[in-house]
Amino acid sequence: MSDTPTVAPPVTTPSGMIAATPLATPSRWRPVWDEFAESRTALIALWVCVLLLLAAIIGPWLAPQNPYDLTEISFFDSRLPPFSVSPDGPFYLLGTDNQGRDMFSAMLYGLRTSLFVGVASGGLAIAVGVSLGLIAAYAGGFVDALIMRIVDFMLGFPTILVALMMLAILGQGVEKVILALVVVQWAYFARAVRATALSERSKEYIEAARSLGLSHTRIVFGHLAPNCMPPVIVIGTMQVASAISAEATLSFLGLGLPITEPSLGLLISNGFNVMLAGLYWISVFPGLLLLTLIFAINIVGDRLREVLNPRNAR
Amino acid sequence: MSTLLEVRGLKTHFDTRAGMVKAVDGIDFTLNEGEVLGLVGESGSGKTVASFSILGLIDPPGRVVEGSIKFKGEELVGAPVGRMRQLRGRDIAMVFQDPMMTLTPVLRIETQMVETILAHEKVSKKAARDRAINVLARVGIPSPQERIRAYPHQFSGGMRQRVAIAISLLHNPALILADEPTTALDVTIQGQIIAEMQKLVAETGTAMVWVSHDLAVVETIADTVAVMYAGRIVEHGPSAEVIGHPAHPYTEGLLNSIPSRTTPGQRLNQIPGMAPSVLHLPPGCPFAPRCRYARPACATPPPVRDVGTAHMARCVAPLNREVAQ
Repeated sequence: MSDTPTVAPPVTTPSGMIAATPLATPSRWRPVWDEFAESRTALIALWVCVLLLLAAIIGPWLAPQNPYDLTEISFFDSRLPPFSVSPDGPFYLLGTDNQGRDMFSAMLYGLRTSLFVGVASGGLAIAVGVSLGLIAAYAGGFVDALIMRIVDFMLGFPTILVALMMLAILGQGVEKVILALVVVQWAYFARAVRATALSERSKEYIEAARSLGLSHTRIVFGHLAPNCMPPVIVIGTMQVASAISAEATLSFLGLGLPITEPSLGLLISNGFNVMLAGLYWISVFPGLLLLTLIFAINIVGDRLREVLNPRNAR
Repeated sequence: MSTLLEVRGLKTHFDTRAGMVKAVDGIDFTLNEGEVLGLVGESGSGKTVASFSILGLIDPPGRVVEGSIKFKGEELVGAPVGRMRQLRGRDIAMVFQDPMMTLTPVLRIETQMVETILAHEKVSKKAARDRAINVLARVGIPSPQERIRAYPHQFSGGMRQRVAIAISLLHNPALILADEPTTALDVTIQGQIIAEMQKLVAETGTAMVWVSHDLAVVETIADTVAVMYAGRIVEHGPSAEVIGHPAHPYTEGLLNSIPSRTTPGQRLNQIPGMAPSVLHLPPGCPFAPRCRYARPACATPPPVRDVGTAHMARCVAPLNREVAQ
């Protein structure tokens, strides 16, 4: 984007008035980003998020070994402390676990799984929750009452209890954990979106869209939805963080992911039994990573809330 | 000229907790093709509800309880939802009061115009876009090829209203309902927009219902004027007649309260009191409590009287007229 505004000769309209100068490249998000960047903490947190995301994506290529390929791990290297060099040659930056896995590699793989579960369940919950919230607000009446009572019902239960019960029935598996997390999360989005959509739908542009003969689908998803996005972005960010921690909790309790697809929570649980025996690194490093990830996402979400909240506008 | 719109005994009521709000309580008017009707009244007199009723956009708790709206001979009251959606935007378009509010803020003008075209016609996106640019040029938007990519907030109020008018013109509708389209604009812009709309409807032969509280504006644009008070039309006739020789005291009051008609230095004539709540209307003439000519006979429902050629007033004693009792 260039900083010099384009200055064009004034254009005269048929009615003889001078028109505004043609606009520079429009971007609605530019001011949001500028304000976001005013906070150093938030910027650092955002960088941490981006770095961790990148690490998760290229993790398999970054990791010194594939910790779940039994041919690559050596049982003789088990429970080595950080900075150990094995007699066979490999260097273990963060030590090894009970089975001789490189903790650094295991954490990269775990981060990948955790982030995937968090983002996928967050995204699906947004899709479901936002749709239902918009429909409730737009339709009103019985439909609204029905959807919102279901939301109230869902929010009445503790998140982790519902997820635990669902997984006890469904069994283990990435897709089952995602499903369970969507079930416990969508209601938050539905409630928040409905509140925004209720005030948006009473605005004249919705009436105007109706007067143009647009279909309800078009109005709800084309006109109403984009105007209700700021709170969704904020809650979405926060919910990704809470989905990651919920998944970690489930896995820690042994109900989440199978041992073949370990997440950070499962890694923590693996080392938990031996932690007090002095083998701190098996639990502590994945724990710190999880903490950093959730902390960073929450700071970003907090800042987004400040920036996107119209009440804080200057 | 043939009849385009015929409204008979239209009643739109809102069933609220406080009681039945009779926002529109039996109005009649006809509109010929290419004609402009000025619908005048104070806030709350039912002008907007009347135009929303025509479009079938009355939401619960509101309901058209009685009457008929015939558009090109087709009955719109009770017409299927799908049919109404077809008509909206294509045959009957609406221009709203506040151009700041009527365009969706997060969508480009292009998106909003193209989707309006595609909602009613099967044409390519490219063709729809070209047509949108054409219409933008017609309403006086400079360099429409570039401006069509802009968001609503990048336009000034007057320009935005031009865009809104352009959207209403996309399908060459037979009827445009203009709900105070110039009220939110500066006086200079107001003049431009009125001139522009006058030109456009004359070019295309579009009929228009121009809703306004401003008789001065209506005088310049409308062929006939209907003055509404408390959900009813109290005076209806050719605009020169109604404005030149008002027969209803309320019309006279409205005319007297136009600042430019008052001699400088003189106190502005105002109509005392407020528009009555349509919840608790007096049994007689609803204007009587504020009327300087009120008399005992006003306590009974006022009759509709012919006071000239195609000119009626709902009053027991129309002004400056000899009426046989």
